[in-house]
Amino acid sequence: MSSIESPLDLIRLSISERVYVKLRSNRELRGVLHAYDQHLNMVLGQVEETVTSKEVDEETDEEIVKKSKREVDMLFVRGDVVILVSPPLKST
Amino acid sequence: MLFFSFFKTLIGKTVAVELKNDVILTGTLHSCDQYLNLKLSSVTVVNGDKYPQLGCLKNAFVRGSVVRYVQIPSGEVNTELLEDATRKENAPKKREVAK
Repeated sequence: MSSIESPLDLIRLSISERVYVKLRSNRELRGVLHAYDQHLNMVLGQVEETVTSKEVDEETDEEIVKKSKREVDMLFVRGDVVILVSPPLKST
Repeated sequence: MLFFSFFKTLIGKTVAVELKNDVILTGTLHSCDQYLNLKLSSVTVVNGDKYPQLGCLKNAFVRGSVVRYVQIPSGEVNTELLEDATRKENAPKKREVAK
């Protein structure tokens, strides 16, 4: 019998794998999932955070998309800012 | 309960708490509770030049709900133990046997 019965079981199978996490305020994380709970509080390791921001060029009125990245060794993420968690992608 | 226990193991360690308003506080974790409210001592504000009003902050109680991230010294964490505890806590509930 499959051990997937609830949506959270999908995340359970991603423990100690690299996952993609989308957060509020245009933030994304990629890191190794070490722990989570039912609120989606998480501990991730070897995290890369990407913050995407948009700026409007004053002269040309064009929107410029800025991405800033930083790396953190180990990070606790509070569950209420989490939008989605995706299992490891082969490409990441 | 998992993360409550986890934060209890970090008491006395130096952590950086990033709040939802982008303030980053570093300090020694003094205590925590079940809501993941945190008490920090010997606090410094990382991006302090942006928040001069926080310059005199020495000890802080941070309400759990305003926290976005907590950066943890990775050497202090036994990741294997953490993963096993997570699997245990989130183990699929055994179905009650019908009849």
